[in-house]
Amino acid sequence: MSAKELTGTKILMKVLKEEGVDTIFGYPGGAVIDIYDELARTEFKHILARHEQGAVHAADGFARASGRTGVCFATSGPGATNTVTGIATAYMDSIPMVIITGQVPTQLIGNDAFQEVDIVGITRPCTKHNYLVKDIESLERILREAFFLARSGRPGPVLVDIPKNIQVMKTKVNGPQDINMRTYKPTYKPNVKQLSRVAGLIKKAKRPLIFSGGGVVLSGASEALVQLARSTNTCVTSTLMGLGAFPGTDPLWLGMPGMHGTFRANMAISQCDLMLAIGVRFDDRVTGRTDDFAPNATIVQIDIDPTSIHKNIEVEVPIVGDCKIALEKLNDLLEKEPEPENAPDRSEWNHQVEAWKKTTPLAYDQKETIKPQYVIDTFFKMTKGEAIVTTEVGQNQMWAAQYYHFNRPHQFITSGGLGTMGFGLPAAIGAQMACPDKLVVDVAGDGSIQMNIQEMATAVEHNLPIKIIILNNRYLGMVRQWQDLFYDKCYSATTLDHNPDFVKLADAYGAKGLRATRPEEVEAVLKEGLETPGAVIMEFVVDREENVYPMVPAGKAITDMLLV
Amino acid sequence: MSEKRHILSIQVDNEPGVLSRIVGLFSGRGYNIDSLNVAATNEPNISRITMVTTADTAIMEQIKKQLHKLINVVTVHDLTESDYVQRELALIKIHVKADNRGELINIVDIFRYKIVDVGPEHVTIEATATEEKLKAFIELVTPMGIKEIVRTGSIALYRGN
Repeated sequence: MSAKELTGTKILMKVLKEEGVDTIFGYPGGAVIDIYDELARTEFKHILARHEQGAVHAADGFARASGRTGVCFATSGPGATNTVTGIATAYMDSIPMVIITGQVPTQLIGNDAFQEVDIVGITRPCTKHNYLVKDIESLERILREAFFLARSGRPGPVLVDIPKNIQVMKTKVNGPQDINMRTYKPTYKPNVKQLSRVAGLIKKAKRPLIFSGGGVVLSGASEALVQLARSTNTCVTSTLMGLGAFPGTDPLWLGMPGMHGTFRANMAISQCDLMLAIGVRFDDRVTGRTDDFAPNATIVQIDIDPTSIHKNIEVEVPIVGDCKIALEKLNDLLEKEPEPENAPDRSEWNHQVEAWKKTTPLAYDQKETIKPQYVIDTFFKMTKGEAIVTTEVGQNQMWAAQYYHFNRPHQFITSGGLGTMGFGLPAAIGAQMACPDKLVVDVAGDGSIQMNIQEMATAVEHNLPIKIIILNNRYLGMVRQWQDLFYDKCYSATTLDHNPDFVKLADAYGAKGLRATRPEEVEAVLKEGLETPGAVIMEFVVDREENVYPMVPAGKAITDMLLV
Repeated sequence: MSEKRHILSIQVDNEPGVLSRIVGLFSGRGYNIDSLNVAATNEPNISRITMVTTADTAIMEQIKKQLHKLINVVTVHDLTESDYVQRELALIKIHVKADNRGELINIVDIFRYKIVDVGPEHVTIEATATEEKLKAFIELVTPMGIKEIVRTGSIALYRGN
């Protein structure tokens, strides 16, 4: 045997290092024990979660905060199935991630062996691609392809399932090389003719609007987006996934559109005559009834994934390409494009947008019980909009999106597409690992925080100073809100009257616990919580039946808003 | 938008699990599969899938793009967009007795199909035809009593180069 031959586990560690990985989230087990044995002899930081779902969300949070590829290890069988929700979460939001699972030895595959599950079969519809490694010779190539696929084109999670016997087999390695996959060639460079057409449309538009999304964050197109908006004086709305890519405190900012979007954003969509849709996929939570979505607009759509174009909304100018490259080119073209002779007068449109801002802003009325919006609003002001915010899913997520104004990309970390409760706490752990010097705060509800509360132990073990804001209304609030508005207040299975004492729970995990029950305590609790070193849970006992407004009922036009 | 029949010719990596990715895409997104045929090509690492599907123009565009997005898919062609030759092979076992065997043999002759197996109470016919012609034949012999039938589903190629 040649001296240069390496075991499967050594090849794995070598490729991870060469791909720039320094942090791994995971949970050991029988089918990955050899991988963990090798890991013990490496320099990687390994974060032992308390549940594989926690590990995979943490890897996801790491990826979203850093823009790098998240890595997660899990064992075969239940370890692998526990990662599925996290993989689907990353898939829906196009997050680059590589998941390494152990599998039973190749000779046992298909025999219903102990802890055997066909994880490649299970994750086929929720990964960008996945692999079962069948021989040691293909391991290196597969691992390198996995990282290439995860981060290129429209990013996404890639799973590599490695049988236990292959982990200990030996073979030669080739080292890093350019990956060339004949069936996978994402289109980065947009069609310039189409872009010049867009430049002309922008100059001639009377009521233009930029509608940006997660693609802008993923491609690093934030600066180009800001330049486009400012140079053309065009207002911007962006999806939940796109928040932060355009500054939330900019005068051109309209807020988020859609089901819980701002009045002005939804009105602007319905009345614009040109929509520049950049890195968005026209999710139903944004469009409402599609027939009434931007009915007066010529829609331009820029996206790297051709399947996102014409899927939900017909567009007049489709452009396949990378958002950053496309926007930079468009900015160049706009500089060169001559002003048309009768440049349209946009003052009426600009006045209209200003008027919408003033007449119907986001609002709440802080009285005797704590309003959840007041908590987020105070938290925003106290942190000057600088915190990295992760969220759970439901009302807490929407209030965080509405009342915390994000000024930079990678700052707002939330499960948009899949809407996964239990995401926020482990994602905060991942984000804090990626950004050790930044303040990371999970905005949670009392329902969703309990879905991965075990990860408090992970945070405390690694001295991660994450802060958790629990907006406690003793309800599964968003479902209760729907029951309130559309199901005659029949609060079926949404009451949480047997919550733990979150302050004691924090204490039990070795973290700090604080509680505010009256509005006048909110500031003090936030101040103390944010200033306390280490992990802190801040519980706010909020108005139980507060609803998220505006709200567009499912299937209605986005101008059909229920206001406060 | 009106639905139309399309014949898709899909070249894929000849690897385990690839068919599952394609079928999973169709079931997961609610697309129709009217018929499906898979076999290796002259290139050992490439298989060709011929699939008949019914969809309107917008769904058809999505189907093609979604197929392209699968990492193991090499090419996707909608043959119905151009000139193509299409055939289907069927084996049809028909219940016959001495009194109607002659009539069946006549029909088979007219269609230029082949008899590949004969027994005291059955005749098995090999029929290679277009979908329409096969349909006409099956309608014609149904009153005699079809015992069993197996069809390959459509296979097709572009005409010319």
